Amino acid sequence: MAVTQLTRRAAGRADHPPPGRARRFWTIARRDALVGYLFVAPQLAGSALFVLLPLGLVGWYSLQEWNVLAGTFEFVGGDNYAKLLADANLRSVLTASALFSAGLVVLNLSLALTLAVLLNQRLRGTTLFRTLFFSPVLVSLVAWTIVWQFLLQKDGGVNGLLAVAGVEGPNWLRGEATAMLSVVVVQVIKNVGLNMVLFLAALQGVPRQLYEAAQLDGAGAWRRFRSVTVPLISPTILLTSIITVVGSLQVFAQIAVLTQGGPGTSTTVLVYYLYQQAFQFRHFGYGATLSVLLFVIVAALTLLQWRLRRRWVFHES
Amino acid sequence: MKAPGKLAALSLAALLVATACGGGGGGGAPAASGPKPLRMTVWTTTEAHLKLFDEIAEEYRKTHPDVGKITFDPIPFESYTTTLTTQIAGGKAPDLAWILESSAPDFVSSGALAPLKSKIENVSELIPTATRLWEKDGELYAYPFSTSPFGVFVNNDLVKAAGQKTPRELIKAGQWNWERAAAVNAAAAAKSGKSGLVIVNFDYKAWDNLATVWGGWGAKAWSDDGATCAFNGPEMTEAMTFLHKSIFTDKAMPGPGTTADFFAGDATMAVAQISRAALLKDATFDWDLVALPAGPKGPYAVIGQAGIGVLKKSPNAGPAADFLAYFTSTANSAKLAAYFPPPRRSQLTADTLAKTNPLLKPDQLQQVVIDGIAKGVVKPSHTGQAELAQTVRAALDPLWKPGADVKAVLDGVCAKIQPMLGA
Repeated sequence: MAVTQLTRRAAGRADHPPPGRARRFWTIARRDALVGYLFVAPQLAGSALFVLLPLGLVGWYSLQEWNVLAGTFEFVGGDNYAKLLADANLRSVLTASALFSAGLVVLNLSLALTLAVLLNQRLRGTTLFRTLFFSPVLVSLVAWTIVWQFLLQKDGGVNGLLAVAGVEGPNWLRGEATAMLSVVVVQVIKNVGLNMVLFLAALQGVPRQLYEAAQLDGAGAWRRFRSVTVPLISPTILLTSIITVVGSLQVFAQIAVLTQGGPGTSTTVLVYYLYQQAFQFRHFGYGATLSVLLFVIVAALTLLQWRLRRRWVFHES
Repeated sequence: MKAPGKLAALSLAALLVATACGGGGGGGAPAASGPKPLRMTVWTTTEAHLKLFDEIAEEYRKTHPDVGKITFDPIPFESYTTTLTTQIAGGKAPDLAWILESSAPDFVSSGALAPLKSKIENVSELIPTATRLWEKDGELYAYPFSTSPFGVFVNNDLVKAAGQKTPRELIKAGQWNWERAAAVNAAAAAKSGKSGLVIVNFDYKAWDNLATVWGGWGAKAWSDDGATCAFNGPEMTEAMTFLHKSIFTDKAMPGPGTTADFFAGDATMAVAQISRAALLKDATFDWDLVALPAGPKGPYAVIGQAGIGVLKKSPNAGPAADFLAYFTSTANSAKLAAYFPPPRRSQLTADTLAKTNPLLKPDQLQQVVIDGIAKGVVKPSHTGQAELAQTVRAALDPLWKPGADVKAVLDGVCAKIQPMLGA
């Protein structure tokens, strides 16, 4: 339908369209382009409907005071943003988010890279270990977290193991520092396999000759890793760090299951605070304002990493 | 020709996909005519409860052909109010909803519920303790279908094994108070290696359940008008000092991060509502149910409540209110009393309750349920309860470790919530 309309419009523009003219407008390049657009149209429509539209609505809701129970929806302008600036909890919430993200990114990337380097050897059993480290990625997040909740109890499995070694473990989820550490580690073990696989793929793309050349030049293992491996897998480091940072800012289920933001507010990260405000306290307008803040932070961090890639990504294919 | 044909087919497909996406969100709007279905959100998943509801609903539909299928939609208890309000926000509000006592002030004051006084059968029979929370300006906005006092479930085997007197013996001797209860639990826990007294659902988060303890000290979370924080009052400080000592010094109660299921035999005693008795049907230990121990201020009782309201926004609010009237009529209330202590005076006798509560003995029902409802105080609630509860939870966390400064923590709670109460 769209095609016939376009054809007609193209035909109508010409004064006396000779029969061949319209066909000439549809050059092969244009036709290919149109086919391409039509192929991506469902995806674009989906994005518009499920990403752009909700995004716009969140912006709109952030300017409203929405009382769900009373059924009132009132325009309040920048009131929610003023509340955001004056929010006494925001500082601790952002600190918790920053701690979680920093801990997760550092632990996840370094562990993933270490595992990938170790499992990149041609040795017996590496396939088994690769499967082992990757399998948590496939487990349902909530099920995974609930199991860890039991393991991390005061008399749970983790402390049971520690007791065998003669160490009295802490009450992991009830101490402020250990609660944050627990949430980070549970998340790292869950997802490290994904980054590990990405690193493995990148490592296998590094040409052997370069290592041989480096070895001939007298480079040791560490030197080869630093000067050959890291530069050549830098695009993957960038990719995994972006995925991990963005993912870390969206952490929710682990917090909801393991700590509910506690003890105190030590693990109340931005997304959990947003959930509390909007869905538990029914401040939907303010919740939307917090989502706008989250969006700005994620966008800014991604942009920053993208810009930094010029400095530390040495090669892009 | 071939290519444009392909293009046309493709564009048509794209269009179909787009319309399919757009049409997905509409949901099934009920037909303008024909029987209207009703939906009630509930937090029970107990099969026996749902079966009874379905039977009452079937009975109702026999005489009301205009009402379609009546669905009882269970939502997990922990996220009940959150899910319910999200459904309301999303334009998918149920026609009827159970409402927890903690969110009663929000629902009643917001105007979300339809008035019910003229609908409910024999409304003057409802006891005032039960209806107080659900009234505004003389109008009733929800039917208090469950007014359930807290009692103490006891594992007599564990108590006796430690050479202690059972609570029933202590009651006879006039010694059933919190000091003795703590001593019995500490001894039983030490002897058995299991846990002492558990406050069910508290888990060092849902602090409103602690009202079952601090009530004995006459303590309150806030003043009766809800405007002043009372957490740092002398009664609360004493009650919390007692709790702290019981947990961390006497080990009469399991500490944070420990789960102990009384109903599986892992704890000596449990503070819970009588509906939990159902879990003891196949218990292999000798159990009892007694009233809460007396505190320094004497005997007291605490009740948890649940109401059923009709959402004003529902297009079927009229038929929904009619169904609620039937669901809670004197006859059906007697059936529901099997699980939910009724608010109707005529049905609050040990004999009536005994008929439908085979697991409990008449004297247990009299002491815990009937006396409890008569003198009971409802668990704390306030407008904006969810935010208050969360703030108190976070501010109380420093209390749940050995050596905490009770008074300082409680002062901290008031510093946090007073601005929210005053608003």
